[in-house]
Amino acid sequence: MSGDAVDQIFIHAKQWLLSFMSGRAPDWLIQVASSLINIAVLLGVFLTLFALISVLERKILGRMQNRYGPNRVGPFGLFQPVADGIKMLIKEDIVPARADKIVHFLAPVLIAAAAILSLGVIPYGRNMTPFVIDGGILFFFAVGSATELTVFMAGWGSNNKYSMLGAMRAIGQMISYELPLIITVLPVVMIVGSLNPDKIVVAQSSYTFGFVPHWFVFTPWGATAFLLFFVSGLVESNRTPFDVPEGESEIVAGHMTEYSGFKYATFFMAEYIGMFAVSGLGVTLFLGGWHAPLRFLEFIPSYVWFFIKLSILLFVYIWLRGTLPRTRVDQIMNFAWKFMLPMAFTCVVAAAVWHYTDRGLRGWLWSFVVIAAVYVTLSILLDTRRKFAPRTYRFAE
Amino acid sequence: MSTVAFTIIAILTLAAALAAATLPKLMHAALSFAVMFVGISAFFFLLGAEFVGLVQIFVYIGAVAVLIVFTILLTRHDTEKVRGFNWNGVVVAVAVFAGLIWAITKTKSLSQAPLQIEPVTVQRIGELLMTSYVWPLQCVGVLLTAALIGALILVMEEKRE
Amino acid sequence: MTLSNLLIVSAALFCVGLLAALSRRHAIFILIGIEMMLAAANINFIAFWRFGPQPAQPTGVMVAIFAIAIAAAEAAVGLAMVIAVYRHFRTTNVDQLNRLKG
Repeated sequence: MSGDAVDQIFIHAKQWLLSFMSGRAPDWLIQVASSLINIAVLLGVFLTLFALISVLERKILGRMQNRYGPNRVGPFGLFQPVADGIKMLIKEDIVPARADKIVHFLAPVLIAAAAILSLGVIPYGRNMTPFVIDGGILFFFAVGSATELTVFMAGWGSNNKYSMLGAMRAIGQMISYELPLIITVLPVVMIVGSLNPDKIVVAQSSYTFGFVPHWFVFTPWGATAFLLFFVSGLVESNRTPFDVPEGESEIVAGHMTEYSGFKYATFFMAEYIGMFAVSGLGVTLFLGGWHAPLRFLEFIPSYVWFFIKLSILLFVYIWLRGTLPRTRVDQIMNFAWKFMLPMAFTCVVAAAVWHYTDRGLRGWLWSFVVIAAVYVTLSILLDTRRKFAPRTYRFAE
Repeated sequence: MSTVAFTIIAILTLAAALAAATLPKLMHAALSFAVMFVGISAFFFLLGAEFVGLVQIFVYIGAVAVLIVFTILLTRHDTEKVRGFNWNGVVVAVAVFAGLIWAITKTKSLSQAPLQIEPVTVQRIGELLMTSYVWPLQCVGVLLTAALIGALILVMEEKRE
Repeated sequence: MTLSNLLIVSAALFCVGLLAALSRRHAIFILIGIEMMLAAANINFIAFWRFGPQPAQPTGVMVAIFAIAIAAAEAAVGLAMVIAVYRHFRTTNVDQLNRLKG
């Protein structure tokens, strides 16, 4: 089947590479070599994607703002990351004199390590998950929660009050939105019955009537959960409109103030790779992973579908950055605790309702009613327009 | 292979624990405390309890270490180090360690090699939590709620009338 | 990796935690020591589950999960107390918290 050959071309290539070692090396060495090949390919693909996205983002933002983005270096400006990389590498690395040198050095290293680790459990294609862990989703979130400590290390290690304040704001934001992020994943895990990302993708594999895919985003609880997950992912990666920790008009550069040159590039890379990881997880959990949207399109390889969906999500991230202004930090916290957390719990209840009414049309209607009822209640309770007093004017006497 | 991994993880964990217990600067001690928990959860992975290892990273490094670090920030005054190290504590700890080592090495039935079991799956843990362990689960829920409310009340500023 | 090696490592971890809890004078260090002791006990539970006769239920794993949850709750309350004490006495040195003495 030629379709299968193209689909599994990377798996066959890896097995061909490993076949050189199979007779002559002990088993554990072959396993280590297999893991190393996985890691090398993962790093290569995602660092290239990072370079590409950094220039594409500037071009797309530029087009949204009615100007060209970078277009001088190479065709259509696509070699801009090379120029940026050279610039970052040759910049002088300034460390504040009274900063804590070890902590200051380790913070960007560890934040990049945590971001790249979380990429390892996402299924990129059929049989193409780098590391198959039984609790893969939990691993993703555990590594993501280790990011908070590294952000704090960056802020504290710089010995700078603005860095410290920026780090505390960033950590407050990240902790607040971790709860909606995890609880919106809970309905998917509940319905599938497993924390293994491969099984979650396989559970979305059938089509009704031959052309409507069984992706979770096409159910009412799945659509709500996907929206909440997407917004929480925006906040977790400190993207506009939630980029209070790094907005220049707010707090200089927050916890990254005292970093220059390559360390700043590492922070930048960690943020983008965090964005890729959260988008990849969103594609896996809600958008059907590497499945094709229509049955007759299944000849296109699975990894192509994954990257198409990932690119669409990244485009939406960039689009939001170009469109929305920045929110205030107390608005961010209010939104998390007062709106997103109750809605996330509603998604869990709605998913249970959908499941126990045999996933039929009645299930759809009832779960939609549950979500709509809670949404309307929350909007009435949280309405802030009526709380503003009429303006009072004070004049100098 | 697993012996090599066991030795490396044991050395890492004990070194980080000693650093956390003896470093004079509080922030470094708190950060090596976090590294120690990475080592402990690596132990759990090695022993086949993967879910516990992941929960350990999540809860301890993601939450408890951040709490400790924030508390260090909020309770700083101008001097970084709190002086004083009580050497009697070292004597007691060494004595307890000696006693435990004596008890462990004297017990003959403990030097066995591990049996081959399959790691316990998340689904099994979920089933158990909902059937045999449902009462402890609810009690832990109540306990966590009580801890949350209690910690908030302890830390809230008193209202000035 | 025998059971006695694992128990020796967890005993060492417990004693380092005991060292931190007994000999440091800063309240937060004492809490760090207590958390270390709880973690060492968790390793013991998992070790005995792994090496012992396999019962129908993985009891060691369940106890370890509950112990982690309880330890986190206790750490939160302990740290809240440290902050509250700091607000009143402006010190975290436990030697100076002796108002109720005598």
